[in-house]
Amino acid sequence: MSTRLSQGGRLIDRSAQQGFSFNGKRLKGYAGDTLASALLANDQMLMGRSFKYHRPRGVIASGAEEPNALMNLGAEGKFEPNARATTTPLFDGLEAASQNHFPSLEFDVGALNTHLSRFLPAGFYYKMFIHPRPFWKHIYEPFIRQSAGLGKAPKARDVDTYEHFYAFCDVLIIGGGIAGLQAAKVAADAGLEVMLVEQDPHWGGRAPVDGTGIDGKPAQDWIDTTVAALGDMPNVTLRARCMGAGVYDHGYVLCYERLTDHAPKAAGPRHRLWRVRAKQVVTATGAIERPLSFAGNDIPGVMLAGAVRDYVVNYGVSIGDRTVVVTNNDDAYRTAIALKEAGLEVPAIIDARTGGAGALGDQAKALGIRVETGKAIAKVKGGKRVTGVGICAQAGEGSILEEIACDCVTMSGGWSPVVHLWSHCGGKLIWDDALAMFRPDGDRAPTSHDGNPFVITAGAANGALSDVLADATAQAAEVVSRCGGKTDAAAPTEANTAENAIEPIWLMPQGAAHKLRSKSWLDFQNDVKVSDVQLAAQEGFESVEHAKRYTTLGMATDQGKTSNINGLAILSKELGVDIPQVGTTTFRPPYTPISMGAIAGEARHEIFQPLRKTPMHDWHDANGAHWEPVGHWRRPYCFLRGDETPEKAVHREVLNTREKLGLLDASTLGKIIVKGPDAGKFLDMMYTNMMSNLKPGRCRYGLMCSENGFLSDDGVVARISDDTWLCHTTSGGADRIHAHMEEWLQTEWWDWKVYTANVTEQYAQVAVVGPNARKVLEKLGGMDVSADALSFMGWADGTIGGFDVRVYRISFSGELSYEIAVPANQGRAFWDALLEAGEEFGVMPYGTEALHIMRAEKGFIMIGDETDGTVIPQDLNLHWAISKKKDDFLGKRAQMRSHMADPNRWKLVGLETTDGSVLPDGAYAVGEGTNANGQRNMIGRVTSTYHSPTLGKGIAMGLVHHGPDRMGEVLDFPRVDGTVVKAKIVDPVFYDKEGAKQNV
Amino acid sequence: MSERDFDGLARIEQVTGLGMISVRGTLTDAGFQAAVVAATGVSVPDRGTVSTGAGRTVAWMSSDEILVVCAEADAKGIVDALNAGLAGTHHMVTDVSDARAVFRISGGAARDVLAKVCPVDLRPNMFKAGQFRRTRMAQVACAFWAEDETAFSLIGFRSVQDYIWDVLTTVASRDAPVDHFAS
Amino acid sequence: MLILTCPNCGETKDESELHAHGEAHITRAGPEATDEEMETYLFERVNPKGVHFERWHCSYGCGKWFHAARCTNTLEVFGTYSAQTTEPPKEIIDILDKKRPGWSWRKFGGTAQ
Repeated sequence: MSTRLSQGGRLIDRSAQQGFSFNGKRLKGYAGDTLASALLANDQMLMGRSFKYHRPRGVIASGAEEPNALMNLGAEGKFEPNARATTTPLFDGLEAASQNHFPSLEFDVGALNTHLSRFLPAGFYYKMFIHPRPFWKHIYEPFIRQSAGLGKAPKARDVDTYEHFYAFCDVLIIGGGIAGLQAAKVAADAGLEVMLVEQDPHWGGRAPVDGTGIDGKPAQDWIDTTVAALGDMPNVTLRARCMGAGVYDHGYVLCYERLTDHAPKAAGPRHRLWRVRAKQVVTATGAIERPLSFAGNDIPGVMLAGAVRDYVVNYGVSIGDRTVVVTNNDDAYRTAIALKEAGLEVPAIIDARTGGAGALGDQAKALGIRVETGKAIAKVKGGKRVTGVGICAQAGEGSILEEIACDCVTMSGGWSPVVHLWSHCGGKLIWDDALAMFRPDGDRAPTSHDGNPFVITAGAANGALSDVLADATAQAAEVVSRCGGKTDAAAPTEANTAENAIEPIWLMPQGAAHKLRSKSWLDFQNDVKVSDVQLAAQEGFESVEHAKRYTTLGMATDQGKTSNINGLAILSKELGVDIPQVGTTTFRPPYTPISMGAIAGEARHEIFQPLRKTPMHDWHDANGAHWEPVGHWRRPYCFLRGDETPEKAVHREVLNTREKLGLLDASTLGKIIVKGPDAGKFLDMMYTNMMSNLKPGRCRYGLMCSENGFLSDDGVVARISDDTWLCHTTSGGADRIHAHMEEWLQTEWWDWKVYTANVTEQYAQVAVVGPNARKVLEKLGGMDVSADALSFMGWADGTIGGFDVRVYRISFSGELSYEIAVPANQGRAFWDALLEAGEEFGVMPYGTEALHIMRAEKGFIMIGDETDGTVIPQDLNLHWAISKKKDDFLGKRAQMRSHMADPNRWKLVGLETTDGSVLPDGAYAVGEGTNANGQRNMIGRVTSTYHSPTLGKGIAMGLVHHGPDRMGEVLDFPRVDGTVVKAKIVDPVFYDKEGAKQNV
Repeated sequence: MSERDFDGLARIEQVTGLGMISVRGTLTDAGFQAAVVAATGVSVPDRGTVSTGAGRTVAWMSSDEILVVCAEADAKGIVDALNAGLAGTHHMVTDVSDARAVFRISGGAARDVLAKVCPVDLRPNMFKAGQFRRTRMAQVACAFWAEDETAFSLIGFRSVQDYIWDVLTTVASRDAPVDHFAS
Repeated sequence: MLILTCPNCGETKDESELHAHGEAHITRAGPEATDEEMETYLFERVNPKGVHFERWHCSYGCGKWFHAARCTNTLEVFGTYSAQTTEPPKEIIDILDKKRPGWSWRKFGGTAQ
């Protein structure tokens, strides 16, 4: 059984007991524990079930590479699935539950799959579920969806907060082990600004566990001294619990700081995402131990050697009373020695190498540990827990020579440098035959904006499993030099035990038969075995990327940290090529999963996205506004009174405006001033119409097209003075059109003397609309707004009711209408004054839907409804707004291209349903015959459709093939339910065709 | 005058009563420079900086644009003076007092607060008093300058003033110290 | 995420402060253009792997457009320069000749033309 030892545990505080629960069971641990170490201390070895076969799974690692021990944590707004128990700090009150089992962790019906594993080989899903086709949707997919997935999706809204931080430094060092600390010290001593991040809460990495000596003292002494020294330096930032998550272009690095995961009751953000821009990045990310592939290596109780050592040394936790060590390298002997020194039994070290270990071997033997060389594990015995191992010759096929009873097997297949962060941005790897590892190729580093390398690796991450400090010092010196500095720093003396060479062992025993290979796990989370990768190779999946996807090797939440190298070694052997020829799969960020909250940062709730408000926003909000998003603006769709429905409110607003007086907050309309000696010439290029001959004091409706000829924006242009125009744009178009103007001025006609300014937000604008519009303005008084003084399509400056105003006599509704601009700070007061003065004239504000309906009744187009980026003005019968006098304007030449001039283009018409109903938005009209795909031919589509309160029936606009020539024809518009609406082609101007009402 | 204020990691104030004038012209032209000095009492700033004097600030917005920040009551007079001073040259003077909102972020952690939402190198040796930067604050455009080591003025658009306020006061929560910049 | 220095405001900007605007040095085809010229102008882009000239907009900054000479493969930025030019300046050409001997891009550079 696994248990807490009475002694030891350098990271735990035995005086601070922490209560927690696992699957509802109350358990106890200590401050400093991880959830994994605390569970092991409570003999909870079984921590989950695997993905495919639902096999019982115990923890195998002690860090970020853990594939098995995934937990659902917390509840409600603190719920989090797929958390690795090995990196989850224990705290008092923690609630954890295991995943992927039914009905319970101990008894899981899905485990039947393991007995069917013979029938569930690699690619099973692809092969099985493809026929018969209809079964996928109705049978296979629902079944797979039910069985798939590890943790549950959170249902409650996350109660925590998150934030970002933009940081800049000379050198960012990722990893606070002894290599990272030494690199930081060297760089900081050279005067560079250094940021050092470490994913764990403590500094120093594995060195204290491995018993490394530095400068003649235990590593911990050097670590403490160095951390203190760095902490005192003003040019150094230290961040623990902060993982380097991804390295991106031009020295951009994301670091993931977990602020309160260890203390969830603490106030403040849970995670902080550091968005670091560094001149140089040092990845001192250490190495990850590889499992060995032997039959039964997934049975709970089989663990990595380094992890078993960690649990004993760091947490005072023993995994078992009798631990068999199996290895192909010297490092695992340290585990045997550590266990023996902790008073635990090590019945044997099984060393696959015929030569065995060096000094560590002698030390183990001196402690009385039996060492078997040239041996292997034939199979592990046990179900939910290891009970023993069968030993065989590594060179053989697996005949059992001896069985050894044990309750823990600890394995080491060697160490793989954590090259992920090096590789994220294109750093290349080389295969080191002597060390049996892929390590960074320093000559092919990721390069930055200046073309020079910006990432370097140090220590174990660089393949320096010993002499770590010497390597870190050398790499740091290179970084200092790249930053233009100088250092003569020397490495501290590191006491290293001489080790014998590792021997690559990818399968144990070497000649293992299929029966054993099909029980030898590579990927523990996704249940990929040696036999699956071999099958993939046999079936022709020779590329490592294909084999990965076919077998799902390395595709689980751990992204194959423990399995990738073993898997590709098996693949290379099966293909008969060398490992470097097979290569690795692509390492992509993040290094381990980061929270969605951290990615969102502060952008949640009210500040999820910017909300643009007009000066009258608060009035709208307090007066029943039913909001509609228009870009980032919020505009009232209508104003609800009492328990009115939006439809009723819109109806009321339209009729009131047509009969009495309506007010529209038009502040969102874009307003761009264009000024200069060449402004007229410039606007003639921007608009399809002629703007240079507009008289000061007058307005003109204008169209803007892209160079492709497509209609892009529209609005009323007013000529303010001889050299100044004011261009109105659509509400969503102000920034875009301003940029569009500047782009042409800066990149094509830079010698033209024109300045522009986007003054959209300088003004509040109110449309005063309806038969009583003039009356209310005259009542407020101040300027002459009579038809004589201010005629239709004219504008004038003046005062109304004491406000400084600019009044445009333009109409988008067909009624008598004044659009009045006041400085934004006075907008609300002006609005209030209009409401008060308008009371006797039946004033009523109206929203965007009433605006839309009234413009549709008048047959006015709306950018985004009648246009969609494929429509030219000619399609909309807007020839009158396209100047024939001008040699050139943006889009002119494109509109002459054959497809644009094609008489078969669909053209704008009005549509009126024969039964008075409202046509569905976007409905298509169908014609005779079918197309090549056997679908009905389309001959038109609806672009705008409304119920017209004024006319008491459904009206619509649409684009129809030869539409204007087919007046009176009735078209069929199928609904999605199969029924058909019939609509007659009519003139798009439904209301006041002569324009008598607006021009009074 | 301040419209609203908040005390957290830094003090956040929305400052009102300011006039703002956008001036476009040839910044390097001696006539332009003289007109600006005559109208505002402040010289045209160097690239990436503000110049200040007499309670006014002039910011370098672009190679052909400056922004004059003054008392609200002075704006009209300055607009007229600039138009008079620049008459006959290609220029544009626009009163944008109502189009923008101004915030002040001050206190030891002011840089920390800004660094949570602006992708700008705010290390004290990199962003010093008098420096001016147009950038992004969370999801909207903004511009700010350092008045001194620990106080910044930030300008944003009027329509998103509530967003800017909410973002600044959220990230300046006392619960979220970073202590990244030595203060 | 790239960093580029705007030649107008002189600031080194994060990509999130900028807006990419496609290929640089495209000559506008006017009203007299043939159909073929229009097709080239509107639709034909070189989209190379390697040396490329692009337009960028300092959209959250000074509001100016500028040009960047960049390697689409390594993301190295050879330089940025004014938008008010129809061809890359000599300094940029010199840098490219040195760093990417034999480079060519449309009608500019190298031996390939």
